[in-house]
Amino acid sequence: MQTDIKLELRNISKSFPGVKALDQVSFKVRKGTTHVLCGENGAGKSTLMKIINGIYTPDEGEILLDGKPVKIDNPIHARSLGISMIFQELSFVPEMTVAENIFLGRWPLDKYRRVDHAEMYKRTQALMEREGLHYSPYEQLKNLSVSDIQMLEIIKAVSNDPQIVIMDEPTSAITDKEIEKLFEMIRTLKERGASIIYISHKMDEIFRIADDITVLRDGSMVDSRPASELDVDETIALMVGRRMENKYPWEDVPKGDVLLDVKHLTSQGVFRDISFNIRAGEIVGFAGLMGAGRTEVVRALFGLDPYDSGEITIKDRRREHLSVKQNIADGLVMLSEDRRRYGLIPIRSVMENVSLANLKKFIYKGWLHRREERDAVTEQCRSMNVKTPTLETTVEALSGGNQQKVVLAKWMEVDPDILLMDEPTRGIDVGAKFEIYKLMIDLARKGKALLMVSSELPELLGMCDRIYVLSQGRITGELKREDFSAEQIMHYAIGTDRG
Amino acid sequence: MQAKQGKANLWETIKSKYAIFLVLVVLFVICSLLNSNFLTWGNLTNISRQISVTTILAFGETILIISGLLDLSSGSVMAFAGTLSVMCYKALGEGAGSMLVAILVAIAIAMFCNALNALMVTTFKAPAFIVTLAMQTMARGAALLLTAGQNVYQIGNYTVLGQGSVWVIPIPILFMLFFFLVTRYILSDTRFGRSLYAIGGNEAAANASGIAVNKVKTAAYLVNGVMVGMAAVLFMSRVNAGLPNGCIGYETEALTTAIIGGTSFTGGIGTAGGTIVGAFIVGFLNNIMNLTSVNSYLQQIIKGAIIALAVIYDIYAKSRRTRKKMGNIEDKAGKK
Repeated sequence: MQTDIKLELRNISKSFPGVKALDQVSFKVRKGTTHVLCGENGAGKSTLMKIINGIYTPDEGEILLDGKPVKIDNPIHARSLGISMIFQELSFVPEMTVAENIFLGRWPLDKYRRVDHAEMYKRTQALMEREGLHYSPYEQLKNLSVSDIQMLEIIKAVSNDPQIVIMDEPTSAITDKEIEKLFEMIRTLKERGASIIYISHKMDEIFRIADDITVLRDGSMVDSRPASELDVDETIALMVGRRMENKYPWEDVPKGDVLLDVKHLTSQGVFRDISFNIRAGEIVGFAGLMGAGRTEVVRALFGLDPYDSGEITIKDRRREHLSVKQNIADGLVMLSEDRRRYGLIPIRSVMENVSLANLKKFIYKGWLHRREERDAVTEQCRSMNVKTPTLETTVEALSGGNQQKVVLAKWMEVDPDILLMDEPTRGIDVGAKFEIYKLMIDLARKGKALLMVSSELPELLGMCDRIYVLSQGRITGELKREDFSAEQIMHYAIGTDRG
Repeated sequence: MQAKQGKANLWETIKSKYAIFLVLVVLFVICSLLNSNFLTWGNLTNISRQISVTTILAFGETILIISGLLDLSSGSVMAFAGTLSVMCYKALGEGAGSMLVAILVAIAIAMFCNALNALMVTTFKAPAFIVTLAMQTMARGAALLLTAGQNVYQIGNYTVLGQGSVWVIPIPILFMLFFFLVTRYILSDTRFGRSLYAIGGNEAAANASGIAVNKVKTAAYLVNGVMVGMAAVLFMSRVNAGLPNGCIGYETEALTTAIIGGTSFTGGIGTAGGTIVGAFIVGFLNNIMNLTSVNSYLQQIIKGAIIALAVIYDIYAKSRRTRKKMGNIEDKAGKK
């Protein structure tokens, strides 16, 4: 029995500043099988895979390959050990050809140490014939579709006959036909004796290919069993767990008029027929898996991305055209999920960042009144509890939580009525999270309308009055607080139709 | 402990904010000691007048670089706007009225060229580097076409602005000071200025904060146009002719000045004060090398090396700043 264990992880732990990503995780992968790893966003799946692939080093624990302990230093070392990884994000150079990309970094060399193009194209051609792909090795990558590229990524990973293939959500970008092809490939790999670690939260796929299933939750291993002993409902229950702790300061705030009303919002190929509303004093959640279109909806509403059709009413006024400027004037603001990119000017001071969106308030007859600006910013930072040495400190020097508070302070200066908050607590520590929850409730009490997009289900369950669930660009369910159930939300999010 | 930290912070602030000013002071002292002719009223006014034209251009560049743009066309545009202005003045005849028209013509032409730059950058999202490089060639061509390649001489009283003085101060210096104040006002006292820093620091975030990015960039080029136009008038009137082949390399001089003055080429950082200090550093260096008869070819090598040093310092200071603050300040803030 012991001999057919290809890879074993023992008590792996890994921490990042402020978060324990993995806590004493152990599991075994048998030779010639598919081992599915599932869990919610942020459960630690990707971190674990990056450890196996040598991108991260674990803080504790050991990795055994064929029963022998190994230390995997980097992806190249992993490759030499026969471990190959297919990334969720695509890692190709668009200007290079298919062949050049497949052999990226390990181009075949001739005796003068020049790249042997003939050899490279010959081998690529052979590989593509074997895998039944229809495009030319001379094609430039940028001319291929996303799904073609994803297939190429898969082929690249299996091109050097690995013993272990890690697939991180490989089907998120490919078509149904290619999924079949992928499963066919997995079968071939298994016959060759390779082991596959497959990360996914698509239940139908999981149960088609899994030999074993391991469920992770909040960085811990919850259960690891042969697939035959599990079913869809049980797996979902394991994924979401039972943890409704009392760490959310939610309260029942009286609700007022509808402040934001969205009907049939559609953006071709991104999301469609999105209808929802938020009342004054209400916190509404958007649940869903990554790529469900939540961020895209919020960005379109804020005027950052265009949309094709839909009726949007902001505070009883129909808006035909959405622009960031108009939205801010109307009191609708957005907290981006990517605060470094869309929220902050990292190299400028806390002061300039906080007053950025509403600087005209401090300008009289063409002159900026810096005293008043300072007073207002000081006050705002105090009420938001921003911890910074001085107001002149550049924002890049602050911690994640304080950076987020700076973005919030910026929007508070505008005194908005509607706040679209995309992952407001991502990447910040527990203390700062709680402060942001408290702020949300304070805002609700003041009659603001809040939309909270989050990938952390417990947070949505804890903070929202209502939750809409999105799946593949559509709203698939709506739940009131009294009906909240993590299992139900997961079902809507995955798209398994059940009651 | 607290006080000590405060002190350390203050020293850090002084070092980071006024480092360039300290360099200038040290350089000034060294120059004064090296050559007795340096520290004389005549020599210092001379330096100031020499740097005035490129410094005015450098203010324009500072505004542009802060917002993540730049202008490689300013030298050529000066030649074009300047020769046209001179020709206008000659055509209209002597007088204060025709001088005013000539100035307005120069400014209008330079603004027009910069409006085209802005259009390319904002509408077609073309890189400022390439766009203004193209304008450099076009404007030079326009200047040569206009004059058939001939210099325009006998420009009469057009020379007053470049060669005259108010009381004991040469007029170009007054213009330089005027544009210093304008730039300072724009950068630190207006919404436009803050928007420039925001766009250069992070364009996507500036846009998501409701800043009209394209409008601000266009305005930045137009302001630059005003400065290039005025610099053109001062230059032509100083050299006593309309030179369609003049001002070659002035944009590089202006960029050098801005960079030495602490304007960060990656955008988002820079001040008017820094630029004028940078201008005097360049001016003092040129002057002292001439006074001490340093070989003029060697001078070029030294100047180039100084630009490289300024850029390396900028990158070094930035990485040190981030690294240090990431560690220290977070702890300190946490304890407060």
